[in-house]
Amino acid sequence: MTDAHADSSKYYVPHGSPWPIIAALALFSLMLGAVLYLDGVAPVWILVPGVALLAFMFAGWFSTVVGENQHGVFHFREDRSFRLGMMWFIFSEVMFFAAFFGALFYTRNFSVPWLGGEGAKAMTNFLLWPHYEATWPTNGPGHVGGRVFSAMSPTGVAAINTLVLLTSGLTITIAHHALRAGKRRMLTVFLALTFLLGFTFVGLQAHEYYDAYMHMNLRLTTGIYGSTFFMLTGFHGLHVTIGAIMLLVIWVRVLRGHFTPERHFAFEAVAWYWHFVDVVWLCLFVFVYWL
Amino acid sequence: MAELHQTAAHAEHDHKPQGWRRWVFATNHKDIGTMYLIAAGTMFLIGGLAAMAIRAQLFKSGMKLFDPAMFNSLTTMHGLIMIFGAIMPAWVGLANWMIPLQIGAPDMALPRLNNLSFWILPFAFTLMVASFFVPGGAVAGGWTMYPPLMQQFGAAFPMLIFAIHLMGISSILGAINVIVTIMNLRAPGMTLLRMPLFVWTWLITAYLLIAVMPVLAGAVTMQLTDHFFGTSFFNAAGGGDPVLFLHVFWFFGHPEVYILILPAFGIISEIIPTFSRKPLFGYEAMVYATASIAFLSFIVWGHHMFTVGMPVAAQLFFMLSTMLIAVPTGVKVFNWVATMWRGSLSFEPPMLFAVAFLFLFSIGGFSGLMLALVPSDYQYHGTYFVVAHFHYVLVPGAVFAIFGGVYYWLPKWSGRMYDMRLAKWHFWLSVIFVNVLFFPQHFLGLAGMPRRIPDYAPQFTDWNMVSSIGGFIFGASQVLFPYIIIKCIRSGKPIEANSPWDGAHGLEWELPCPAPYHSWQTPPSEAMLAHGTGH
Repeated sequence: MTDAHADSSKYYVPHGSPWPIIAALALFSLMLGAVLYLDGVAPVWILVPGVALLAFMFAGWFSTVVGENQHGVFHFREDRSFRLGMMWFIFSEVMFFAAFFGALFYTRNFSVPWLGGEGAKAMTNFLLWPHYEATWPTNGPGHVGGRVFSAMSPTGVAAINTLVLLTSGLTITIAHHALRAGKRRMLTVFLALTFLLGFTFVGLQAHEYYDAYMHMNLRLTTGIYGSTFFMLTGFHGLHVTIGAIMLLVIWVRVLRGHFTPERHFAFEAVAWYWHFVDVVWLCLFVFVYWL
Repeated sequence: MAELHQTAAHAEHDHKPQGWRRWVFATNHKDIGTMYLIAAGTMFLIGGLAAMAIRAQLFKSGMKLFDPAMFNSLTTMHGLIMIFGAIMPAWVGLANWMIPLQIGAPDMALPRLNNLSFWILPFAFTLMVASFFVPGGAVAGGWTMYPPLMQQFGAAFPMLIFAIHLMGISSILGAINVIVTIMNLRAPGMTLLRMPLFVWTWLITAYLLIAVMPVLAGAVTMQLTDHFFGTSFFNAAGGGDPVLFLHVFWFFGHPEVYILILPAFGIISEIIPTFSRKPLFGYEAMVYATASIAFLSFIVWGHHMFTVGMPVAAQLFFMLSTMLIAVPTGVKVFNWVATMWRGSLSFEPPMLFAVAFLFLFSIGGFSGLMLALVPSDYQYHGTYFVVAHFHYVLVPGAVFAIFGGVYYWLPKWSGRMYDMRLAKWHFWLSVIFVNVLFFPQHFLGLAGMPRRIPDYAPQFTDWNMVSSIGGFIFGASQVLFPYIIIKCIRSGKPIEANSPWDGAHGLEWELPCPAPYHSWQTPPSEAMLAHGTGH
């Protein structure tokens, strides 16, 4: 108790910081740009200032925090704040994916069978869509996005990508053990392997998307199957990209000699994020590709 | 000069940064709390003006102040502004001010993130309110944004969606900060079951926020991609379903209702013991009741959409789970009453608002119970009865609790006492006319007047007139509130003691009035804690 007492009395409260307001401005210019772009008032390049400002802000804000850490202003309490913060941030991300998984389960289990006349909805089928038989995958009774399309197979790129991501989960764990054992060389190598696997995943996914658009007639606009497939895997791919960039950043920090076997919150936060991305992928593989 | 400042900073313990930097680069929880409260007050004014416009149009049948599209924009934006712009930021502002003071923490756990949570809001509000002025006007499909209607608006549609994304980011970051502060920065000896109930209710609210704001983000993102990128989430021809939006939205929406009211429960649980000069009756039961309400809020969303055509089994489930909420809520109401029982009551403005809350929130709760019954809901759905119900829980519920909280803690913030007589005027005008405003809407709804219409059949005129008159006087009397606060800050009588309320317990009352700019740099002593928690 006395330890906690001493720690909390020294809790680090930073003085004024310009980064939050820059972050708010970046988000605002991004959103305003998106509005103008979607309304057809401006070309897509209008998003560039927002993205650039956002990148500048992340670099600046995180360097400030890393610098503070190197100067030893953070102790046990601050470290725990960061940990709890990261945990709950990841939980909010889980809930974001839950909304899209919910949409997938709802359409597969309810709305598509109902359109096919299941349950009390016989008249919906009879009056509105008389020839529609509920199946999955489907692009609906209106064949939105074209009459013929191919569905994604669980044995193609998806299987390879599952292996890639699971392996990366292994390599980052090895890197973590190496960090704790003080084996810096091994840490550097396995951390590098991890982000290389991450970027490999993104590359393979880009290839998969290209294939879908060019050869399978499967697009974002391909009814509910295309919508759920591309939104779920797309948001996941975005998170893998962000995670891989985070891995790259901590790799550079490792090269610069940051992190000790006892204290390496940033490493652990990125590892948690990476495992979260991994778990989401497993759900995707099972529910989007396989079943 | 700069050096002078430097030395002054070292000499004076209570140093504040000067000028605009103090606010724009703020990391102090009190400054950020103040900014939140000012933003909430501003949005309350804008949302209130929309409400006045709505009541003016509905003053009698055949009024043509606004064209129907504009009227629908006004009702839609009134709802969105009051929920996301007024009540939620007011709670976060109170959380910022009070949670560190109440748990003996030097500040919020993540001060820079705290600044970001706030400063996102003015931009989001700008985007939202500016949508009134783009071609086609503001979104007019109701605050619930149901498709496909929602997707038929012009530039305002993406503006609102991105404003919601921004407000969601702000809420999530703010909620993370609250959780981390409470879990990590409690003073030694401030165990979980010694925390004041405002802290407890906010902790649970923060969990709700983190769980459901991302779901709302998902729901509006699907709207956006359906409209601009050709997805089929809410398009039956593509295999989707507009009803899917209702499910996702209300999975957010019902916990959201409790996000708006749980901190109010916390404040009432602070005020009633103080002015009854008794410890809160059933403290632990209050904590568990709050947690139960939060849990139940995740499994009742279907009661917002009984008439949409869902299977009978689902209707039964949602009906029963909804009625179950009356149990923990009843625990709370009875505990408040039991706290007052044989207490040494006095009726200063915070207590007046708390007692009014007890009566009027319960009325809103009872009409909620009526709406929970599937067969009755078939009658009430989409009528003014629903409008009366949720305004009873939100205005004399959430808003009165905010008023009560401000009147309770304003002396602590400013170090001065406000004009009690004026505050009592504010109370009596509010409590009388909020009933004149909303009670007749029950009758209108039961008689069949639909909500969200710019005009109505002449037989509804009388009660609408009564309601509008109540609305105008209620609205006008709110001008007293900022006046009382400004007058208090500028010329209120300074308070010498740590607490102006003789029955108040809690760590915030162990600090001087006004609370110093940096408080609890050293954690409170066990003696303070024992005196402060009082149980």
